[in-house]
Amino acid sequence: MADAALPTASRTARRSAPRGALMAKVFEGLCFAAATALLASLGGLVVSLIIGGWPALSKFGFGFLTTATWNPVTDVYGAAGPIVGTLVTAALALSISLPIAGGVAFFLTELCPAPLRRPIGTSVELLAGIPSIVYGMWGLFVFAPIFSKYVQLPLMTAARPGSLLEAMTSGIPNGSGILPASIILAIMILPFMAATLRELLLSVPPGVRESAYGLGATTAEVVLSVTLPYVRTGAIGAVMLGLGRALGETMAVTFIIGNSHNFPKSLFDSGSTIASTIANEFTEATSPIHTAALIALGLVLFLITFTVLGLARLMLRLQGSQS
Amino acid sequence: MNAGKLMRRKISDLAFKVFCVTVTFLALMALAAILWSLLSQGLGGLNLDVFTKSTPAPGSPGGLANAIVGSLMMCVLAMVMALTIGVLAGTWLAEYGGRSAYGAVVRFLNDVLLSAPSILVGLFVYELLVAPFHGFSGFAGAVALALLAVPVITRTTEDVLLLQASTLREAGVALGAPLSYVIQQVLWRSARAGLLTGSLLAFARISGETAPLLFTALNNQFFSLDLRHPTANLPVVIFNYALSAYDDWRRLAWAGALLIAATVLLVTVVARIVAKEQRHS
Repeated sequence: MADAALPTASRTARRSAPRGALMAKVFEGLCFAAATALLASLGGLVVSLIIGGWPALSKFGFGFLTTATWNPVTDVYGAAGPIVGTLVTAALALSISLPIAGGVAFFLTELCPAPLRRPIGTSVELLAGIPSIVYGMWGLFVFAPIFSKYVQLPLMTAARPGSLLEAMTSGIPNGSGILPASIILAIMILPFMAATLRELLLSVPPGVRESAYGLGATTAEVVLSVTLPYVRTGAIGAVMLGLGRALGETMAVTFIIGNSHNFPKSLFDSGSTIASTIANEFTEATSPIHTAALIALGLVLFLITFTVLGLARLMLRLQGSQS
Repeated sequence: MNAGKLMRRKISDLAFKVFCVTVTFLALMALAAILWSLLSQGLGGLNLDVFTKSTPAPGSPGGLANAIVGSLMMCVLAMVMALTIGVLAGTWLAEYGGRSAYGAVVRFLNDVLLSAPSILVGLFVYELLVAPFHGFSGFAGAVALALLAVPVITRTTEDVLLLQASTLREAGVALGAPLSYVIQQVLWRSARAGLLTGSLLAFARISGETAPLLFTALNNQFFSLDLRHPTANLPVVIFNYALSAYDDWRRLAWAGALLIAATVLLVTVVARIVAKEQRHS
């Protein structure tokens, strides 16, 4: 047997490589190049933001992050207003959206009658498909007037002068500002979080759920003390994914936040986020330093979102390898 | 005492259930409210002019023809670029280097890019293609859109290829075909429906994107098929017109918003149907 195999092996070795082998190499090379191009585009993104924003960063230094004067006329730029606006709107949006997303996910996994499960799940996911500019228009033309009439005005008239409520609700009651923007953002990130949470909850082994029910636990107890803790890591990832979206969302916020560069003083005060500032001013930037300041803002947004999104993905992956 | 405790548990359970049902209802109401506004405000502005005439000066009749054509051209070009890179990159992750450390890095960064703020992609393309060549162009807009579509396609390509049975690969290779041939002729074909779903979802995502087009494609008031110059596109026209002070411009903006939302929702639903049929077959 061994003797017979030897000559065959040496004969193949002498024969020239088949025609397909070259194509195979070329194809593998192309695939590798495409994967590398993906990596390069992210690298290029970082490098271009650093190069483009450098003039502003070197001129204003650390003060760029901590001062709130944003004045294109005198060319003095401090980004604290938009940065705080971004963080505040995203945090508010998350705190509004999280309980709702949880409720939807729990409803779909535990309570929903089977025939309704698909249509309701699909409808909630359709919310995710609506382009953000539509959310912006809806927010400005439909939501803002209603919000101003039925929420803002009553709250402002009810607030006693000097009270905390008055401080929180001061501003122009036109329906735009920090809180309305956060509510629109909350609606936008809701479907992403609800869908991810739902998938996580469905990944819990049926035995775990069933044994909890078997011990006599109520639905609330099963969800809150058994299935949700089971997917804890992934759930945190899902929440951070939503946060990442809220931080970087542009068009919807631009429509309704009011666009002022000041430090927002109350929930109804107009403000700005990093993304809305860039969207509003970039094409109208008059001086090179204005453009550079806007790109530097982009760099700040990049650092914030990529930290959040990176952590989110790590968490989701950890969960994936656990279960 | 025990009965009291049971009562408390039952009440909190009921409260929990009521909460879940209420918030789901609220979420569905939000969807219904948005769709209703789109229909009620957009249908009125929708007529033949919208599809045949270009964007008007305020007060004169006009439509969105230039914006619709510009958007279509940019989206199609973007999809061609994104499909080429995305499918190849996804194939590499699934079939060649996915298990290496480099593969893990590519996959991780692709996932991060998947939900990266689109406005940053706009800034990047501005720095890359607009500033050096001193001009906004439809081509730059298409590149920006492609950058947003690539991660989606890469991700779905990898996912559907990994779903294909490994016996398919083994059978092909055992017949003496090189792996590249097996991938192109066997795996891509059997994963066709999944690849189609992924590209439809990517298309849905980029067709409504506004932020990356603001400073790449800019806008153009006139009808043009030349992607080397600023190109009109629906999202930016909607943005400008919605924030204008003219009623007829706002009407056009609503009509455009309805068009975009209808397209996106339709494409999403088709993608779901394709995905479902694949699961059944």
